[in-house]
Amino acid sequence: MTVSSSAEVSTKRDFDVDRVRADFPGLHQTVHEKPLVFLDSAASAQKPQQVIDALSHFYAHDYANIHRGVHELSQRATKAYESARLKVQRFLGAPSEREVIFLRGTTEGINLVAQTYGRANVSEGDEVLITTMEHHSNIVPWQMLCEEKGARLMVGPINDRGEIEMDAFEELIGPRTKLVALGHVSNALGTVNPVKEIIGLAHERGIPVLLDGAQAAPHLRLDVVDLDCDFYTVSGHKMFGPSGIGALYVRESILEKMPPYQGGGDMISSVSFEKTTYNRLPFRFEAGTPNIAGAVGLGAAIDYLNELGMESIAAYEEELLDYGTEALRAVPGLRTIGEAGHKASVLSFVLEGIHPHDIGTILDQEGIAVRTGHHCAQPVMDRFGVPATARASLALYNTRADIDRLVQALDIVREVFG
Amino acid sequence: MASDELRELYQEVILDHSKNPKNFKELDDASHQSQGHNPLCGDRLTLYLTVADGAIQDVGFKGAGCAISTASASMMTEALKGKTEAEADAIFGAFHDLVAGKVAEADSDVLGKLAVFGGVRDYPVRVKCATLAWHTLRAALVKTEEAVSTE
Repeated sequence: MTVSSSAEVSTKRDFDVDRVRADFPGLHQTVHEKPLVFLDSAASAQKPQQVIDALSHFYAHDYANIHRGVHELSQRATKAYESARLKVQRFLGAPSEREVIFLRGTTEGINLVAQTYGRANVSEGDEVLITTMEHHSNIVPWQMLCEEKGARLMVGPINDRGEIEMDAFEELIGPRTKLVALGHVSNALGTVNPVKEIIGLAHERGIPVLLDGAQAAPHLRLDVVDLDCDFYTVSGHKMFGPSGIGALYVRESILEKMPPYQGGGDMISSVSFEKTTYNRLPFRFEAGTPNIAGAVGLGAAIDYLNELGMESIAAYEEELLDYGTEALRAVPGLRTIGEAGHKASVLSFVLEGIHPHDIGTILDQEGIAVRTGHHCAQPVMDRFGVPATARASLALYNTRADIDRLVQALDIVREVFG
Repeated sequence: MASDELRELYQEVILDHSKNPKNFKELDDASHQSQGHNPLCGDRLTLYLTVADGAIQDVGFKGAGCAISTASASMMTEALKGKTEAEADAIFGAFHDLVAGKVAEADSDVLGKLAVFGGVRDYPVRVKCATLAWHTLRAALVKTEEAVSTE
């Protein structure tokens, strides 16, 4: 695929899934002698050739350490790395590149905020507010912080459809609440949370909000200014980029007051044994040689997504999710876990009398990759009274034919256990 | 149509035990008890043993798990009654070698009906399901306080 000229922009609505699929070499293989159907993108997405080529080209031609060499390769690598930061900045809608920190992924983004902003601002008796549907990565860092500080972790309830109970959530925002942290899109349920409304409620009380954007970034157009959020973090590998790279946006007025995260090279301006002066933003938060090629690959993934257009992707996926929801509804004995009014990507389900792990094994034999288990969201499983679910998650390269194959394979599951 | 490989894994006897597990009960007078957990798939079981005169007199289990782990626990309880700890260990050894693919043929003298789990060898990620009950047994016999985890 070539970069589109402005004349082509108007045709972006015509989402050509066959052309998209052709860009993903990983999709074109057989598994157990069946053509692969990849329905596990919420765990990690496949990579387009453009990302693979960007990594390969960077390592073959432009690789050196960044920010410190006078030589040509170091300058090229620095330029590529910083250009990737600008791409992330624009993708998130962040006002400044100083607000974009590269790190390993969403988990590290949340831990960074907990260990820097959290430790500086949360004290004994204070509260951090999350929701029942959080991924473990948006639970455990806050538990660790609360344990250290003698603070309390408050959990907003969800209803039977997998939506936040807004009245109860608002009541939990109290005078001791120091931070609200929640997922933009739930990995286990697919719920798209009303984050703008929640941010409004929190900001009325002067409380900052962190959004875990791991599951939103591959599916929705993001705009941290429009959302007015204070922290937003994403993982490259879920948005068709490499693993081990992600980004954290922090509103500059907050970031400039945050203590550093890790100490080391690149995060300093000068070091003596008496005193160290820290580097400017965002480098103060990037100690050590970062995942340089990973950032370049993430930039290539963002180029890819921009080329398709996030609105086009969202519209295509919404239609596909509706088709999948209807198709699964027709499977006897199937119960969908997560039926929010606004959802993205995720079809989480259980089959009566059949454990999800057995479903997963049989689907795999049919060439269909789904995830089974608790999806790193055990409180969600407890909320719905199931030990685990099977989860088919959709991405921009999935098709109605993929859903049909899933439904056919579920017939085989039921035949085996009939 | 389900493939032959799938039929090899999900044999009728395994499906029967998973749907109607034997000895699916708590033992009020258990002398040994232990919990097993497979966090990857959420399987949890509690194993109860009554050991007297050097042999396992009674055994029961409760919990929820996949077909493989439930059937394995059910058939394990049937195999254990009347066995000494050393005999139980020998069965576990032969069972583990079978499902982990370390031996080509099941040692049917030791394993008896448990040989039906041979199909698990083609599904490496399911070995933990098949052996959860056995690891829990070992923990119960040494009276481990902590729940057994496959991870």
